[in-house]
Parts: sequence; structure tokens; C-alpha cells
Amino acid sequence: MSDKRLTFKKRLHILKHHYRDKKMAPAFNAIHTFLFSPDDTTHSGAHVRGADDLKRTMNMVIMALIPVLLFSMFNAGYQYYAAIDVANNVSREFSLWENFLTWDNFWIGIIKVLPLVVVSYGVGLLVEFIFAIIKGHEVEEGYLVTGMLVPLIVPIDTPLWMLAVAVVFGVVIGKEVFGGTGMNILNPALTIRAFLFFAYPTWMSGDKVWVYQAVERTGTPDAISGETVLGALAQNHLAELNYSVSDMFFGFIPGSVGETSTFLILLGGLFLIYTKIASWRIMVSAVIGSLVMGYIFNLVVDLGVISEASNFYGLMSFEYWKHLLVGGLAFGIVYMATDPVTGSQTNNGKWIYGFFIGFMSVMIRVFNPAYPEGVFLAILLMNVFAPTIDHYVVKANINKRLKRFKNATILPKDSDSRAEELKAETI
Amino acid sequence: MSKDIRIRKGLNINLVGAAEQTTAKAVLSNVYAINLEDFHGITPKMLVKQGVEVKAGEGLFFNKSNPEMVFVSPVSGELVEIERGARRKILSIKILADKTQAVVEHGAFDAAKATSSQIKAHLLKTGCWPFIKQRPYDIIANPDTNPKSIFISGYTTAPLAANSDYVLQGKEKELQAAITALGKLTPGAVHVSVGVNSNSPLSGLSGLELHKVSGPHPAGLVGTQINKIDPINKGEVVWTVSPQDLVLIGELFLTGKFNADRIVALAGSSVKTPKYYITKIGAEIATFLYGSGVNNDNFRVINGDVLTGSKSRPDGHLGYYNNTVTAIPEGDDYELFGWALPVFNKISTTRALTFSWLNPKKKYDLNTNTNGEHRAFVVTGQYEEVFPMDIFPMQLLKACMIKDLDEMEQLGLYEVAPEDFALTEFICISKQPHQKIIREGLDLLYKEIG
Repeated sequence: MSDKRLTFKKRLHILKHHYRDKKMAPAFNAIHTFLFSPDDTTHSGAHVRGADDLKRTMNMVIMALIPVLLFSMFNAGYQYYAAIDVANNVSREFSLWENFLTWDNFWIGIIKVLPLVVVSYGVGLLVEFIFAIIKGHEVEEGYLVTGMLVPLIVPIDTPLWMLAVAVVFGVVIGKEVFGGTGMNILNPALTIRAFLFFAYPTWMSGDKVWVYQAVERTGTPDAISGETVLGALAQNHLAELNYSVSDMFFGFIPGSVGETSTFLILLGGLFLIYTKIASWRIMVSAVIGSLVMGYIFNLVVDLGVISEASNFYGLMSFEYWKHLLVGGLAFGIVYMATDPVTGSQTNNGKWIYGFFIGFMSVMIRVFNPAYPEGVFLAILLMNVFAPTIDHYVVKANINKRLKRFKNATILPKDSDSRAEELKAETI
Repeated sequence: MSKDIRIRKGLNINLVGAAEQTTAKAVLSNVYAINLEDFHGITPKMLVKQGVEVKAGEGLFFNKSNPEMVFVSPVSGELVEIERGARRKILSIKILADKTQAVVEHGAFDAAKATSSQIKAHLLKTGCWPFIKQRPYDIIANPDTNPKSIFISGYTTAPLAANSDYVLQGKEKELQAAITALGKLTPGAVHVSVGVNSNSPLSGLSGLELHKVSGPHPAGLVGTQINKIDPINKGEVVWTVSPQDLVLIGELFLTGKFNADRIVALAGSSVKTPKYYITKIGAEIATFLYGSGVNNDNFRVINGDVLTGSKSRPDGHLGYYNNTVTAIPEGDDYELFGWALPVFNKISTTRALTFSWLNPKKKYDLNTNTNGEHRAFVVTGQYEEVFPMDIFPMQLLKACMIKDLDEMEQLGLYEVAPEDFALTEFICISKQPHQKIIREGLDLLYKEIG
């Protein structure tokens, strides 16, 4: 280590003591601990500690999101140029190197996707810092993941001011009023998404918002389509669906910024399971849940219960496993449902919690043609139910203990025989 | 009847500096000290004044709430200091040892022919009672209670802790005498555990129920074994004794003398030649620490093992219940981007760019750094991986934090001691003080219900 860095470290150390017990201490510490992991030593309990801390944990999730972000930047441009070609009746062959991973596509990503990331982090962290300073606690790491998730789950043309308003709402109402990271009931990123959806519905659904400039060009001779696969299915525009399964799997389809590539999301999910950061139980059970619901709908169609004219025919007849390839289902399952704070906290509870997320997502998707995406609603709903699920799982353990207690051999004390009384009291 | 216990959940913390299995004689300590912190929840009443000469085994103080319970001096000498803290609370009692030791003679005592109350009275009078602890509450056993069983763990899994098989060698007679006596104090069984492949002297004894235990830490903790063999229900009491204290109790029955000799493992990466020392309870740690030499200046001396011991200093004194002293480097330094870079030299249960899973046998040189800041509970499902009891660890911790007595009781606080939560504390991503939370929970429950 060079002398210069040593002095830098020393200087920060001196500054830390200078800021101690001052108002700005949390802000300084947030930056300091970002640069250097702290020199704190153990005071009570175990004298040695494991290597992981919350920063490292959160960092793993961000790492799992980076490929998705990069892909989404290319896809932003690709969808834009593809839509123009469709509008002009130009047919083109897909080629990964020639018309997907191009500078032109990436440039659209830089001017459209990066600002979303910057606004999300800038506004969100500002709110976090302000709260930390006012309440005098450390700046906690939860927002590092939330800030990355938010730009990936909104339509590309979302105005930046709208995003900023939603982030402020989501962080304050969704998290800080409960006491900050670890205390919130609802997933903050989804709270932000829900706020956007209900406050500005025209910007969050329909067949225009999913492709860059589709809204602006509406009504002009240059109009382009921005319809998602689910949107087309919900409108029963089955003929217009010209995406192959591989397009859907690898993500060359329109949709929210980062949700399209099931392939990269799958890799991210495997990485999170492998590093033991996210719960595999939730992911597996959510996949099972969505397959079950999708399969039930397929059966309904096969049995001829509904006709092709029905509003629900398009989505109900969509093959059950394809639900995982379109929309935000895969993204929600891997990155949002697995949030440990708002999800179920017991291992058995996680199975139930995950299953219903998958199950409800597909159900809402099919029965809500106006807005054919139910993942965020399903996860928020299950966030609310997670404590109830845990309650019953824990209750089972308590009951087991009570049952054992009824067979207990409580021996009288040498001096008195209060034990029998005690037993009677408790039963 | 022997029941084998296999523990799967857990984590072995392999550290550099395990004590080599040779025993040296420690230099005689000038001053011996009894640290009152070792006796949780005991309010002492002094029996002797400062400046008085005491014999080894002579009472120093008694338990205010049970005057029969006497605590004795490990050596003979002059009581030179009663160290007091805030509100005149006694912190420690120091004795300047005589050159020639005088011991109180109680006379041999045949437990096989005595009744339970005679044995109790003898243990209380001779100062051996404090070695018997009880659950619930993890305190010195209340002599008025009638334990449903007594547990002794002869299996060592804690990092760098003294190996029971080694320190008990050749003590069969003493162990047998103590177990015979303990067997009379309970209508239930005396459960003794040994490692599956061990040659422990405990396995050849009679009057006990032997269990062969295998698996990673915390398989060797008596709490884990109680949970698997005969879990504690509300209202029930279980007593526990550590095997080395059995030797002391047994010797008292056989010879009539309180012999405070202890074989102590001196371990840790800051010790040059870690090995076993024979010394006495209350001896100054420096008397054997510097015999082995230390590697650097900036180290921490721990009275006990790295997970459950208490912070001490070279001029501190060997704890009443300890047979391990550990010295490891202090970790009071910053690490550039410590949260982001891959980690090869620390232990982790995750694979979040931490690589201890690659080689589970590797020995690590851990220091006292917390490796991160204190946070609210965030990650879930992590504690369960290393917590073998049928208890929800995080839910129990939270119940203790919010002081919800009903929940604490229902979730099984009666079954645990702080040491059972040392491993979850070790791996905790949020760096929560688990042992402290459990201790406070137990104290509250004891105050309100016990």
C-alpha cells in the first residue's frame, strides 16, 4: 500500500472522529464505509464474525442485474428501429451482431435508459440521506437494489419527473415511515411501480408506451406500434403476434425496460441461488404456481368452456409455459418476490408465498385485459399476506412445543410443589 | 441405552492456532482472582474481610438469595483486594497466594451411600455447587429444584476449545465419583455425550446414559444435545455440568479437598506455540500466555473460546468455568472496498464472492473485525442453516427484542442459552448481538416468571 493511500485512510479516520455525534455523521459514514469497510471490532458476544455484511449481499443482487440492464439498453434501440421498419413495411432479418448489438441501439439506451437509472438513484439516495440525517441512523443499503430495480420495471418513455415523484413517494411511504430498510411491509420498488400505475395510468399501459417515441409519433405519419406480447394477446390480436419463442426467451420483444430477457433473468436467478443470496424456494414455487394457473386456463380452453370471441380467449389459450417468457413474470419472481424483508421469512412459508405469487400473477394477467400484467400486484398482495403465512408456520412450531409440554414431567421442587399449579395454569 | 445423535446443520469454524496436545506447567501466579461476572445473577455477600488469610477451599462469599451456596477460594493466601464498581458492586476478589498452600479438609465422602439432600448439602458447603448450572435461564442451579435430567457434553466442537478427550485423560475415578453423586440428584438420567470416534474416559463409566454425537459445531454444545435428546418444556429444569468441573467435584468426594487445578488450552493465531497448560482457576493469564509467546502486540485475549468467551487482558485472570484461553489479532483497521472485493481469508456461509466453501478444511486466521456495520434484520433463512434446534431462531430473537414474554416462552426460550446463538451471531449479515439479546431475554423472563 502506498504512502499516499495510507494518509488518505488516516485522513478519513480523523474526519470520522471529527464528524462523530454531529448531524452530518450518517452522510459522512455512508461515503466512508463505501470506500473502506469500517475498523469496528466486536464488543459483545462472538469475537470473530463472518465475512458477509449487508453491503456485500446487496451488491450481489446488483451484479445479477447488470447484464439485464445492459441488454435492456440495446433492446431499447432495437425495438425502436424494428417498429419503424414495421411501420414502413420494411422486412428485416434478425442478426445479433448486425442489428442488435449495435452502437445505434446502445445510443438509444444511453439517452433513454441511463437517465432513468440516474434519476432513480439520485432522487432515492437523496431521500435516504435526508432521512438518515434527520433520524440520526446510518444510511442503509436497501435502496442500492431498489434504485436499480425501478428503472428496469417502468416503460421506456416514462417522463423523468414522474419517476422522481414516484421514487420520493415509494421511499418515504413505502419504507421510511416504517423505520427504513428491514422494517417495510411492501417492496419499495413495487410501491414505486404501483404509484406510477395508479397515478399516471396512461403512461403505464396501453399499446404505445413500450417503445421509444411511440407515444410522440401517435397520429403522425410516422406512427409506430409499441404493443407488447401480452397487450396483443389481451386484445385478441393473435394474428399480429410474430415473435418466435426464442425471441421471447432471449428478450427481443417490447416491454418494460428490463423485463424482456428471460434468458438473462434466468442466469441472474441462478447466480443469486448459487451465491445463497436469494431464496430458491420462492423462485421454484413461484414458477410452479404460474405453470399450474396457466395450465388450468389451457384446460378451460381445451374443454371448450369459452369461445374464441371471449375477451379472455387470447390469454387463456396462450400455452401455459410461455407465460414465463413474456411480461414481467420472470423478472418479478427472481428479483422482486425474493426480497427477504417483504417476503415470507420461514422456509415453509416461502413455498406457500412463492406459489401464490406465480398463481396470482397469471390469474390477474388473464382476467385484467385492460392491463394485462399482474406480477407487481400479485407480489404486493402476497407481501401483505406474508406475515400471516409466517404466523401459521410459526404457530405449527409453537403447537408442537405445547403438545410436548402436555406430556412433560414436571417434578415438584424440593421445597414446594408449585409445579403442578404452574402446569395447570398454562394449559 | 445409547442413542446416537447426528447433527447436520451447523458450521465448523476452523482457525489457525489449535492447542497442541502437550501439557506444560504454568508459572505459579502471585495473585488469583475470582471474577464475579462469571456467576450470572448472583448477588454476593462477603464472608471474609480484606486482609484476612484464607485457605484453599475456604468460603469467600455466599449467594445472597441462598446463604447455603458458598463460593470458595481456589488458593490459600491473603485476600488483598475486593474490587468494587458503580454502587459498590463487587467486581472481583483478589487473593495473594501463599508459598505453601493450606487446604480445607472436608474428608472423603461416599456419594453412593448418601442421600440426595446430603449430597446437595455437601456440594453447597464445599463450594462445588456453582459448577452445576441449570436451564432454563442458564444460571447456577437452584438447589431447591428437582431436575428431570442432567446433561454433560464431552464432545468438543467450538473453535479452538480445549479438547475434552485430552483434558480428561486419566481422570476416570474422579469422573465416576461425580457422576454417581449427580445420578442421585435427579430422578431422570445423567446424559453424557462423547464424540463418535473418541476415546473419551467418559465412555467407560457407569450410572449414565451415553450418547455418541457427530456433526459440525454446535453439535458439542450441551443445548443442542438437550434439544435432541430430551427437550425442556415449560416448568421443567435440566442441570448441566462441564466435564472438567466433574473432575473437580469427583476429586472433592474422593479426597475431601477442593482442588482448583485446571488444564487450560492456550490457543489462537496470536500465540506462538499454542498448547495446554496446567494451572489453577483464577490464575493470571500472563503466567502461561507469555510462556508460549505472542506473535504481535495488537491482539485480544479471550477468556474462553472465540464464540462465547469474554474479553480479557494478559493481566486478566482465568475464568471460573473456563478451560480455554484464546488470543487472536485485533481487527481495528479499515479495508479498501472490503464489501465489494472477493474474500479468500474469511469464513462465510454464503458464496457472495466469498470462497470459504471451496475448501471447508482450510484453517483461517480471523481477527476481531466485525466485517461490516450493524443493521436491522434483513436476510432470512440464513440462521436456520447453522441452527440445529427445532426452534425459529430469528423469530425468537425478535420476541426477545420486543420483550414479548408470551412469545419468548412459546418459541422455546426455556431451551436455549446465549451460547446456542453464538453461531448465528457469527454468520449474521446484519451484525446483530444475538447472545446479548438472548441473555437479556432470559433475564427478563427469569425476573417476570422464574
